Amino acid sequence: MKILVTVKRVPDPETQLKINADGTGFVTDNVKWVVNPFDEIAIEEGLRLKEKHAGSEVVLVSIGPKAAQEQLRTGLAMGADRAILVLTDDNLEPLAVARVLQKLVEQEKPELVLMGKQAVDYDNNCAGQMLAELLGWPQATFASKVELADGKATVTREVDGGLETLSFALPAVVTADLRLNEPRYASLPGIMKARKKELKEIPVADLGVDIAPRVKIIKLEAPPKRAAGRKVGSVQELVKVLHEEAKVI
Amino acid sequence: MGNVLVIAEHLHGKFPTTTLVGLAAGKTLAEKAGGKCLAVVLGSGIDNLANALATYGVDVVAVDGAPFEHYVADAYTAAIADVVKEKGVEDVVATATAVGKDLMPRLAARLGAGMVSDISAIVDATTFVRPMWAGNLFATVKVEGTPRVISVRGTAFPPATPGGSGSVSKASPSAGAGKTKFVEFAETKSDRPVLTEASIVCSGGRGLKNGENFTTYLEPLCDALGAAMGASRAAVDAGFVPNDLQVGQTGKVVAPTLYIAVGISGAIQHLAGMKDSKVIVAINKDEEAPIFQVADYGLVADLFKAVPELTEEVKKLKAS
Repeated sequence: MKILVTVKRVPDPETQLKINADGTGFVTDNVKWVVNPFDEIAIEEGLRLKEKHAGSEVVLVSIGPKAAQEQLRTGLAMGADRAILVLTDDNLEPLAVARVLQKLVEQEKPELVLMGKQAVDYDNNCAGQMLAELLGWPQATFASKVELADGKATVTREVDGGLETLSFALPAVVTADLRLNEPRYASLPGIMKARKKELKEIPVADLGVDIAPRVKIIKLEAPPKRAAGRKVGSVQELVKVLHEEAKVI
Repeated sequence: MGNVLVIAEHLHGKFPTTTLVGLAAGKTLAEKAGGKCLAVVLGSGIDNLANALATYGVDVVAVDGAPFEHYVADAYTAAIADVVKEKGVEDVVATATAVGKDLMPRLAARLGAGMVSDISAIVDATTFVRPMWAGNLFATVKVEGTPRVISVRGTAFPPATPGGSGSVSKASPSAGAGKTKFVEFAETKSDRPVLTEASIVCSGGRGLKNGENFTTYLEPLCDALGAAMGASRAAVDAGFVPNDLQVGQTGKVVAPTLYIAVGISGAIQHLAGMKDSKVIVAINKDEEAPIFQVADYGLVADLFKAVPELTEEVKKLKAS
């Protein structure tokens, strides 16, 4: 079975981002770049499925600048077999990402595409669902459990108020939520091996897909600050102010 | 033209607050776009729901049939796309619930539409504000072309209230069931209010140390206050509680009257999910914790002492 896993290069979520001078982007100096945390979970799930289903191949795909090689090497060091980097210096919007992935799916013919439920930079939470629609495939977003047998998938999803289970025939798109698994760390031998694994680069223009943006960022702003309140000295005082001053209990 | 279609999600025969927020956003957008606000409801045997929806003063399209008994992305996408085309809709709106987040991007891809996720404000008919980078930044974005597909943050608008009466019509979707089979919904049974509907929310963080302590310390406080229970991502990550309790940019966004954060440090991604609450209380033993920067009232204390004390004080107050 062939599994395609998407990997986005994002700023470390712990980084405090600064808005640039014209307010349309952010300052990238001194930013530490990492694999999108939800994509790390997707990679791990791909590797676990490979371990369960002999003869499987895990292929990583990233869309981004040349430097996204680093994030792909991280995934290869975890144990993925090979990687494809679609080169672009623009941050593509989700529909453009889905169209690029659709093209790669047509070329690679995987039975399963695993993605993170959202990238923690733009927080769109869209590309997986869009890819599924473009391909006419079933989708299972926010997965917390994935089981494959006889060409069929049974996926448990984290939805509002509980867990939902879906089943469908492969091929399909599944997006990973937080509790799907605990991603492994790359081992030292894994890191050594990753250097020799295939990493193919394709300029985005070579794929001939429509990546023109439909949604333009006009400006970026810091969120309105909430003024800090005050400290109270005891539980009794807290209950008193909540009751008498704030009148919320 | 400039018609807006709101997708009205329902649960147990009712429209939850989150749906009414989406409806309010749809009506606001229709006003700005100079069009009508329509709503679509999907399900099986939904005459009552369709009629109830019309009392909000919107024209209702009901997609009624066995394939729509449970929400499934592919079947719902196909049916809603038919309605969009038939009714000359320029904007499709739904609240960014688990269903809205799953459905709207798929619908946008089918329609070839520009998509804006999780908006917090409407500037004009084509311009919206949305949080990014875990709520570190708010982006004002403009969508080119039509249709537009918009998901709305569940706290962004006051919920719509009944008024006026719209028409109800039935759609006959061209396609039925998709390729995906709904197997089951294991609903978390709880006597407490739903997190996104509650007027009081008490959330626990990594400071609670384990799942048992949520039961021992936080649950009695929730019950004394009639509050919903929430958690930080760190607590979910550590496996203390299920993910559907997670409050934050990648979990649920809440704006209750009172939000009590217990043992939560206040990572930006958590703050993004609760900082629109009316009153915020933080209980944390680390007085440098960032949560105190957004809290109206902060108590620097050991939660294992303070929370049972607080529970008792609340009970005393309620009894008096």
